[in-house]
Amino acid sequence: MEPGRGTTSEPLIQVRDLVAGYGQEVILEGVSFDVFEGEIFVVLGGSGCGKSTLLKHLVGLYPPLSGRILIDGEDISRRDPAALQKVLKRIGVLYQSSALLGSMTIAENVALPIAEYTDLDPTALGSLVRMKLNLVGLEGYENHLPSEISGGMKKRAGLARAMALNPKILFFDEPSSGLDPVTSAGIDNLIIHLNRSLGTSMVIVTHELQSIFAVAHRVIMLDKRTKGIIAEGDPKHLRDHSKDPAVRHFFNREPENHFSPV
Amino acid sequence: MVLHLAGRMEAGNSAAILKTLDRILPKSSITSLVLDLEGVSYLDDFGALVLLELKQMAAKQQADFSLVNAKDSVSRILTILKFESLDEKASFAKKRPPNAFLRLGDAALRHWMELNFLVSFTGSVFLQLFYLSRHPKKLRLEDTILCMQRTGVDALPIVALISFLMGLIMAFMSSVQLQQFGANIYVASLVSLAMTRELGPIMTAIIVAGRSGSAFAAELGTMKISEEVDALFTMGFDPTRFLAIPKLIAAVIVVPFLTLFSDLAAILGGLLVGVTMLDLTATGYISQTIWTLTLFDVFWGFGKSAVFAVLITWIACFRGFRARGGAASVGEATTSAVVSSLFLIILTDSIFSVILRYWG
Repeated sequence: MEPGRGTTSEPLIQVRDLVAGYGQEVILEGVSFDVFEGEIFVVLGGSGCGKSTLLKHLVGLYPPLSGRILIDGEDISRRDPAALQKVLKRIGVLYQSSALLGSMTIAENVALPIAEYTDLDPTALGSLVRMKLNLVGLEGYENHLPSEISGGMKKRAGLARAMALNPKILFFDEPSSGLDPVTSAGIDNLIIHLNRSLGTSMVIVTHELQSIFAVAHRVIMLDKRTKGIIAEGDPKHLRDHSKDPAVRHFFNREPENHFSPV
Repeated sequence: MVLHLAGRMEAGNSAAILKTLDRILPKSSITSLVLDLEGVSYLDDFGALVLLELKQMAAKQQADFSLVNAKDSVSRILTILKFESLDEKASFAKKRPPNAFLRLGDAALRHWMELNFLVSFTGSVFLQLFYLSRHPKKLRLEDTILCMQRTGVDALPIVALISFLMGLIMAFMSSVQLQQFGANIYVASLVSLAMTRELGPIMTAIIVAGRSGSAFAAELGTMKISEEVDALFTMGFDPTRFLAIPKLIAAVIVVPFLTLFSDLAAILGGLLVGVTMLDLTATGYISQTIWTLTLFDVFWGFGKSAVFAVLITWIACFRGFRARGGAASVGEATTSAVVSSLFLIILTDSIFSVILRYWG
């Protein structure tokens, strides 16, 4: 089985024996996996299995209860502020609700991190912001406020902002939630497109089957009961050959309890 | 002039490339600039920005500009970035109406809409109160009781503390003057009368506006922008009855009682100063207070604070329901709820004073 591209190099993300949760509540335990350069890596699972928790730990929002998370060689599980700051400049996150700042226009939202971390003059900054928006297909919406554009456009704008500093890794939290199938397929295409042309690695948390088959090079599946990974590999292979019924149910979109019709 | 570029042009090195180019390129007399991209293995938008800067420099010197020998991957990126059409200057100014008249009209319209909504909201409050007087079981009793606790019981410590200190300060300041006439005992009259009639209701209302008025506006504003208010409406609930009325009823019940506690705490503050600094006896101070105060004074303050409670909840719920857009509008709603209620409290209190002067 081909586990994505660029497997020969050092993994970009290394997670070892991660125990994740909030306070006393353990949501994931004993989770280990790698993400390689240039790979589209999908984390999937049913509702409440800890997908979003895993993502929040990967981007450094919460410290792990135990275990190690290495992103591009930096250990973020020790909460060393310098290491975390270094990592934060190399990653971008697209949140489920896009999380655009409501008081700023789309262009200002995208320009915010660029203006903070580079010393470009305003004209160059303007050109760069336009290129970012062209990249996600949002040309002409520079001066709109987030409340004036549709959900799909917000995702695109959020993506442009996440990519502002050309991160090595992009994290997506449910990129197609709340979008119609056409828009959602558009976001999938955009993900594939950016991965191919810029070589950015992507970590995507989702449970949209069609998106998974369209974009994923490799997936891990989390499960609520075992609090860990129950399957890893190519999604098409898992769908057809997995021995675990929970995995087959998920990929074939079947309910777990079969009710016989009366 | 032909420039051969090679290697990766990306976010990490674009600033360095620009600096180098700026140093080595002649400042004038170029008639044409050709960029040979054959050696460029990787290009991102920061790299494209370097190309754009060169293009604009060429345009400034009226030189021809062209890109040649770009690899497929590189030219694909340039196409996606719409490199050819990037020359036109982008303006990132926020949209605003072009002249003062349009802006004035816009503001007038907005205020008109605001007034419209205020009238309809007030109407719906009265309608719902009327409805509830005939169907009392439809009142959300649990919400009302919870709200009474948050507005009343939870505010008691701070109201008592501030009023106690107010009474203390008032007694202390007035004693300096009254001592000269040997009229120490009138400190008790001054503190009790001023607190029950004026300062007790006003201080309590100000604290309630700051504590609960702001909370009401922020809660309703957040519910409004996250479509929870819309959800209530489509479930068949009246948002005013569901959200505003419990708060209104709770505040009208608890704020007058808070005022009574405030009066009491202030009298205790005065008593402390009287006994420790003015050689008054506690019995003397208390009997002077009882002799000064009439039941009317206490009821007057009690009634006034009920009116203040109505004003605070009414304006806070109104501002909350008006929030729209994003987080900033919730902040605005909260600010204007507190500011408007403070203004209304003082205004109403002046009106009450005038009424009392001619009527009482």
